[in-house]
Amino acid sequence: MVASGTRDRAVVATKESSAPRRNASYRSTVGIKVVMAVTGLLFLTFLVLHMAGNLKIFFGAESFDHYAHWLRDIGAPALPHEWFLWIQRGVLTLALVGHVWAAATLALRAKRARPVGYAHRPKVQGSYAARTMRWGGVIIFLFLVWHLLDLTVGVVNPVGNPATPYANVVAGFAPSRWPVTLFYALAVVAVGFHVRHGLFSALRTLGQRTANGERWARVAALGFAILLCVGFLVVPFAVLVGWVG
Amino acid sequence: MTYPGEFFVDGDPIADTKAPDGPLAERWTKRRSTGRLVNPANRRRLDVIVVGSGLAGGSAAATLGELGYRVRCYCYQDSPRRAHSIAAQGGINAAKNYRNDGDSVERLFHDTIKGGDFRSRESNVYRLAEVSVEIIDQCVAQGVPFAREYGGLLDTRSFGGAQVSRTFYARGQTGQQLLLGAYQALERQVNAGTVQMHTRHEMLDLIVVDGRARGIVVRDLETGAVTVDLADAVVLASGGYGNVFHLSTNAKGCNVTASWRAHRKGALFANPAFTQIHPTCIPVSGDHQSKLTLMSESLRNDGRVWVPSSAGDTRSPADIPEDERDYFLERRYPAYGNLVPRDIASRATKAVCDDGRGVGPGGRGVYLDFADALQRLGRPAIEERYGNLFEMYERITGDDPYVTPMRIYPAVHYTMGGLWVDYDLSSTIPGLFVIGEANFSDHGANRLGASALMQGLADGYFVLPNTIGAYLADGPFQKLTPKHPDVAAARSGVTDRVQKLLSIDGDRSVDSFHRELGKIMWEYCGMERTDAGLRKAIELIRSLRDEFWTRVKVPGTGAELNQSLERAGRVADFFELAELMCIDALHRGESCGGHFRAESQTPDGEAMRQDDEFSYVAAWEFASPPVLHKEHLTFEYETPSQRSYS
Amino acid sequence: MKLTLRIWRQSDREARGKMVSYKLDDVSADMSFLEVLDVLNEQLTTAGEEPVAFDHDCREGICGACGMVINGVAHGPQKLTTACQLHMRHFKDGDTIDVEPWRARAFPVVKDLVVDRGAFDKIIQAGGYISAPTGSAPDAHATPVPKPAADAAFEAAACIGCGACVAACPNGSAMLFTAAKVAHLGALPQGQPERASRAAAMLHAHDEADFGGCTNAGECTAVCPKGIPLTVIGSLNHDILGSTIRGR
Repeated sequence: MVASGTRDRAVVATKESSAPRRNASYRSTVGIKVVMAVTGLLFLTFLVLHMAGNLKIFFGAESFDHYAHWLRDIGAPALPHEWFLWIQRGVLTLALVGHVWAAATLALRAKRARPVGYAHRPKVQGSYAARTMRWGGVIIFLFLVWHLLDLTVGVVNPVGNPATPYANVVAGFAPSRWPVTLFYALAVVAVGFHVRHGLFSALRTLGQRTANGERWARVAALGFAILLCVGFLVVPFAVLVGWVG
Repeated sequence: MTYPGEFFVDGDPIADTKAPDGPLAERWTKRRSTGRLVNPANRRRLDVIVVGSGLAGGSAAATLGELGYRVRCYCYQDSPRRAHSIAAQGGINAAKNYRNDGDSVERLFHDTIKGGDFRSRESNVYRLAEVSVEIIDQCVAQGVPFAREYGGLLDTRSFGGAQVSRTFYARGQTGQQLLLGAYQALERQVNAGTVQMHTRHEMLDLIVVDGRARGIVVRDLETGAVTVDLADAVVLASGGYGNVFHLSTNAKGCNVTASWRAHRKGALFANPAFTQIHPTCIPVSGDHQSKLTLMSESLRNDGRVWVPSSAGDTRSPADIPEDERDYFLERRYPAYGNLVPRDIASRATKAVCDDGRGVGPGGRGVYLDFADALQRLGRPAIEERYGNLFEMYERITGDDPYVTPMRIYPAVHYTMGGLWVDYDLSSTIPGLFVIGEANFSDHGANRLGASALMQGLADGYFVLPNTIGAYLADGPFQKLTPKHPDVAAARSGVTDRVQKLLSIDGDRSVDSFHRELGKIMWEYCGMERTDAGLRKAIELIRSLRDEFWTRVKVPGTGAELNQSLERAGRVADFFELAELMCIDALHRGESCGGHFRAESQTPDGEAMRQDDEFSYVAAWEFASPPVLHKEHLTFEYETPSQRSYS
Repeated sequence: MKLTLRIWRQSDREARGKMVSYKLDDVSADMSFLEVLDVLNEQLTTAGEEPVAFDHDCREGICGACGMVINGVAHGPQKLTTACQLHMRHFKDGDTIDVEPWRARAFPVVKDLVVDRGAFDKIIQAGGYISAPTGSAPDAHATPVPKPAADAAFEAAACIGCGACVAACPNGSAMLFTAAKVAHLGALPQGQPERASRAAAMLHAHDEADFGGCTNAGECTAVCPKGIPLTVIGSLNHDILGSTIRGR
């Protein structure tokens, strides 16, 4: 037994009570999530517009190429040629940095928060979509790199001519390049999963807090996930079966 | 009848309970407005120890901290939020008369005195009824989410034995919500630095120096370190001792050790035999049973209690036609029906089971049937009222009470007895205050439903913080160090006892002794007590206690988290308490409230009080044999009558 | 029925622990999970071995003391149920059951299945209360509370502080616990004056205690014995964002 002194006078009777913290900083676990949510919503907006633009391909080569060229002149004449595109690329790049920073910070925090894991692998009780966010995100990022090289920069595209995006797409998804198409499809499904949890999660992070709202958030998240999957997959499918070519 | 000499000796009666004189309704105001005060600047120099963090201890520690005393609060759990008050389901009484149904402080006072079978003090009970009103205000301000009506005002219901609707509730989790309110207030003071909280610490002795309570010896349950904490006053809020029966609705950790150690140091223990057996618990399912689960008394508002009319009827309840059922509470007590007080319902249940009409395993159970209520109110209304209780029942038994009637049986639930306190809640040791279930308090021989929460919070929020000042106004007392001989002796007494328990190294587990002790108590000191049975019980307890001290096996060491060691110390104290309970039950040759002596009953089998001989509080002094001090009860405002609920 | 229990044994905070197997031959379906551990401990004690330490108290699912991860699920396979209320009828004869303590840096293992959940008290200390000193309250009916608000407050207030949410969270976050209190007090008129500062202070204490960040994965609410909904986390986020945007 350890003998110890009395606690009698050891007490600090009137500790200065710490002044309540007024604001939570962006580095709090909620702040990080807000960064994640806002950047994620930017991506979602971009993806929806991107998908809508892609569907122009069903209006023929001329229409599609014209749309692609128009993109470079958005804002004209106030904005010089391609300025909008570069602003948008800049914003999305910053968003990407923020999104990845938030993900990495939370992942490291999570690792730190549980130094000893479970011997019995925990059963997933919540949603699988939620549990695939980190690896899903990595897959999407790798795909993004390929996708830019394929259809934006064009170095890995068989045609790779910036002047003829329609031809690039048709060549890129040619039946002979099925592994590329498969990779594309996998990535789109990953995006679907990512959006399914991501949109729900973003709304929650931004303060969605009613049971009814939660149902709508889940419906919206699932709806956008399906919309994006269908919208993005229909193009390579169309090329593959020859509707577009 | 037992007379002094055989098991106890008679001591001097208790002359003064320190209640102010004057009209009953003005006494508390008088005490508050004339009691001595402590200058706020001096409060910072006064140390108060609170043992226990339930409704009484938590609210007292928080309030004393708000007043500016230096408070240290101890609990054996890993967080003050887990104290057993959390498990109270039904509600809390308050004489708000929000229903305009004729309620008043006077009526709550009357009901409590009558419900306690005229074995409590008028002054204390009146104060309790008076303060009840403030409790609800306080809890609402703290954010306790009481049930509300659509207009936004508080909902109330009528509860066991009351003919007015004065019970405030938060679904079936009233105790939890009230405790969390007190816990949050307590943690607010921890943050402010006025309260220091020590979790996983158990008080193992009281330190008395020069006749004053000056501190406690505690064991850190994680490291085993035994230390002393010295202060100007000690408040015990360590709860009841129902676990002496092993199977009870109390939490597994509930124990008598803090109270018992104080008793051994000179605090009188009052009415230990007054235990409440709650009629609506889930019956025992087998030998493995570790505790009994209460089903809230509120279930009796809509459920009907019945057994088959003839013994040995083993048909399933659905197959027993209406005219072959005996709704025995409604039959015997037409005015109150299923809502008779707990002691009466319990005994009636035991009687039908003794007749061989009980249902379920071993025939120890009766039906609590909601079929009528489901038909009358519809399932949604029943779900709203009792949904969580029904789920709990199904989880434990595997039966769905929406379809099959529940089976219930009485179980030990609450102990009205406890350390004797005066009007100021001071024990017979100056500086030792006792609040909540730990004191013998305001419930007499039987507590009414929804009154425990009321009493715990009344003591902790309003009574003690006002009465302790008069004592502390004389402080700070002489400074002590752990080297003071009385302090050192108390500490080494604790370490010696721990070593003793560890060194016996016998062949029987602590739990096996506890289980056996519980069976003795339930059999002979439970719902029905007899002279012969109690004598036999005393003999059995003594021999089992001797066996405990030679055969108990406590594995591990004292310098670690050792749950067997914790339990061993508690069971050792239960043995001593059990004997005193039986002696108390034996000496009280009348029936009153929860104490039913077979020798004292009416021809219909109802409890029969004997006011000429027993209108007193039995306060026991620790000695061998124990010394009985009587506090005679005088009734100036109420006229003791034989309770009648028929 | 016969069972094999594989239980995490660890003698103190610093010791290395390991899973140890025990066989039990006579388990009844009517036993609770903790009663099975009682039976095991009785056997171990009689055999002169150290019994398994585990926290438990009320054994009726309300005190929040008990908690263990049973076959990878906090509190075991039955939804809305604490370990003490889990009965063996949910297992089969011959089953092997893994029993582990809550795993989180903020909940260090004290011994065997016992962990230190003091971090929860610290979060409450930071602001999980309404400042209403004893005696200062107006009449209870001075402020009516709309029933929906009272019900929402109750739903969040039902939290028993057991820590299953942390144990189950892939991030080791205590956001459900923290947010439940924020949502409870924030739903009531009495809780409005401190609403913004409460959320920020409690979040700060949560982060300081080394809990992980919430990613709305929903594992917490799935194992919560009281069914605290995930929406409470939205309430916390709402209060935090609101206070930040309003700059106070």
